[in-house]
Amino acid sequence: MKAGYRKERIDRGIKARADDIFAISSYREILYLTGPRILAVLALLIYPLLTDVTGAYWQTVAFIACIIALLTLSWNFLFSVGLVSLGQAYFFGVGAYFTGFFDRTIGLPPLYSIPLATVAGAILCTIIIYPVLRLRGIYFALITFALPLFLMRIIEATGYLGGTEGISGLQRLPGITFSLYVTVVIVLAVTFIFLRLFDTDYGLVLRAIHDNDMSVLAGGLNVQLYKAQAVFIAAMPATFAGALMTLHYRIVGMPAFAVEYSILPLTAAVVGGTGTFAGGVLGAFILVPFSELLRAFGTLRIVMYGIMLLFFVVGLPEGIYRFAQRKYFQFERIVPLEEKADEK
Amino acid sequence: MIESMLVFGLVNSAVLMLLALGFSLTFGLSGVANFSHGGIYLFAGYLAYFLLKMGLPYFIAVVLTIFITALLGAAIYKLIVIRVRGIVLNEVIATFAIGICMLEFFRWLGFVTYEYSLPYIARGRFTIFETTLDYQRSLIIVVALLLAVFLWFFTHRTKTGLALLGMAQDEYTALAVGIDSDWAATYSFAIGGAFAAIAAVMILPLGIININIGYEVLLIALAVTVLGGLESTKGLILACIILGYAQVITSTFFAPHWKEAVYLAAILIVLAVKPSGLLGKFKELEERV
Repeated sequence: MKAGYRKERIDRGIKARADDIFAISSYREILYLTGPRILAVLALLIYPLLTDVTGAYWQTVAFIACIIALLTLSWNFLFSVGLVSLGQAYFFGVGAYFTGFFDRTIGLPPLYSIPLATVAGAILCTIIIYPVLRLRGIYFALITFALPLFLMRIIEATGYLGGTEGISGLQRLPGITFSLYVTVVIVLAVTFIFLRLFDTDYGLVLRAIHDNDMSVLAGGLNVQLYKAQAVFIAAMPATFAGALMTLHYRIVGMPAFAVEYSILPLTAAVVGGTGTFAGGVLGAFILVPFSELLRAFGTLRIVMYGIMLLFFVVGLPEGIYRFAQRKYFQFERIVPLEEKADEK
Repeated sequence: MIESMLVFGLVNSAVLMLLALGFSLTFGLSGVANFSHGGIYLFAGYLAYFLLKMGLPYFIAVVLTIFITALLGAAIYKLIVIRVRGIVLNEVIATFAIGICMLEFFRWLGFVTYEYSLPYIARGRFTIFETTLDYQRSLIIVVALLLAVFLWFFTHRTKTGLALLGMAQDEYTALAVGIDSDWAATYSFAIGGAFAAIAAVMILPLGIININIGYEVLLIALAVTVLGGLESTKGLILACIILGYAQVITSTFFAPHWKEAVYLAAILIVLAVKPSGLLGKFKELEERV
C-alpha cells in the first residue's frame, strides 16, 4: 500500500447494528446470506452419493474428515467454555474402547453399541476429568495432554481390553456410504445444535465462563458444575467419532489414543478459527485431504501439522473462517489518511 | 530391601527434579508454559550424541550442548513465542506445536535405534546401605542438588536473578522499575533450555534415547509442577521426593508398569484436596477456580 493511504473497511448495507442481525429487503439479499450455508450443506449431503465419481478412497478421506470435524466441534465447544484441550484423543479413545467392549463382551449390535458407547464414554470422560475442572488455562491443557497418554499406558500395563493387541473382528457396518452419511448428518446436526445452544440463556452462562469465570462465580453460579456439563456435552461428538471409527475399521487398539487424534482437531480448530463451530468443520475439511496428499511423507506429516499450527497461530490467529467472513461481509477500499486530507 | 528403596527413591527423585526444573523455571519466571520442553530435552540429547561422535572431548561437548540448547531456548522465545505472548492459549499451542515438530522430526529421521545413547560420565559402582549404586546415578543426585543450590543463589543473590524473580512476582511493578519483560522471558527460556540440556546429559546415559521420552518428560514436568505448587522451589523439591518415592514403592510392590499411573493419581489427589499445589501460594485465585 502507498504511504499516506489506508485500507478502509465498510460493512455491507444488510448488516444492522450487530454482527448477526440483518436488514433484508430482497430475495437476492436472503440468498446472499444463506447461499454459502446452503451450498456447504448440500455439498456435504450430495458428496456421499458420488461414490462412482470420486472412488472409494476419497469417500474414506471424507469420512475421516468428518470424524476429525466432530473432534474439532468438541474442541471448539470446550474452548468456548474456557477449557483448552490438547488431548482430544482422550475422548476419541474412550468412545472407541467402549464400543469395542460392548461389541466384544456383550455382543450388542452397532445400532445400540454406538449410542451407548457415546453416552457411557462421555459420562466416564466427565467423571475422570471432574477433579481437574478446578483448573483452567494452561493447567487444564496440561492435564488433557496427559490423559490419553496415561490411559494408553494403563491399557498397556494391565492388558485389559486386549492390551497391546487391541480388540479386533468387531461387527460389520453396512459400508462406507452408510458410515459417511451417518457422520455427515451428525456433523451438520452437532454444528447446528452447538450454534443454537450458545444462543440460549444456558449458552450465555457458558460463554461468560469463557470470558470471566470469576464474575460468574461472583454471580452465584456453580462454575465447576457448568464446566462438568459442558465437558459432557462436548465429549459426546468425540466419543461418537471414536465409536463409529472403531466399528468402521472393525478394530480398536492403543492407536485410538494416538497423538494424531489430538493434534489434528487442534490444528483444524486453529486453521478454521478458534471458537467458531463452522470454522472448525471447514478447517477439518481443509486439513484432512491436505494430509492425505502428504501421505507419502509418513510420520513427517505430523511435523507438517505442527508447522501449519505454528503458522496459523502466529500469522493468522483469527483463522480462515473469520477471515473469509470478513471479506464476504465487508467492502474494502483504499482511502488517503485523514491528516493528509486535512492538509489539502 | 528398605535400604535399596530409600536409595533408589532418592535417585528417582533427583531424576524427576532434573527433568522438571527447566520447565518449572521458565513457567515461574515468564509465565509461559514451555510445551516444547520435551523436544528441547531430546534435542540436547541428540546434539550431545553427534558432538561426541565428531570426536570432541566429553567436557567440551557437554558445555557446547548446554550452550547451544540455551541459545535454542532463547531463539524459540525471540522468534516465535514473543509474537503470541500474553495470549495464553496461543502460547500453549505455539510451544506445543514446536515440541511436536521437533519430536516427530527426530522420529522421522529415524533416531530410534540402539546406537543412539550417551556415554556414562563415570563408570563403576560402590556399595552404600547394602545397595550397589553406580557413579552415574549418584552423580545425578549431586547435580540435582547443585542445580537447586545454584538456582536459589541465582535468584536471591545475583542482580539478574533478582530481576527475574521480580518479574515473576509482579510484572507491572517490575516494568515500573525498569526491568524489560522480553529480556527476562528470553533469559528464562535460555535457562530452561540449559537445564534441559544438563538433564539430558545426566539422565540419557541410563538408557537409549527414545522419542517417547520427550512426551514423558513433559508429563513429568507437569506432574511435578502441579503437585508442588508453581512458585516455590521448596514445593518442587518436595513434589519430586514424593513422586520419586511413590514410584519406587509402586514398582516394588506392584508391577513396574504402574509407575506411570503414579503421576496422574498424584495430580488428581492433590488437585482435589489442595488445588494450589502442596506449597503454592501466589496466583491461587487468578489462575485457578
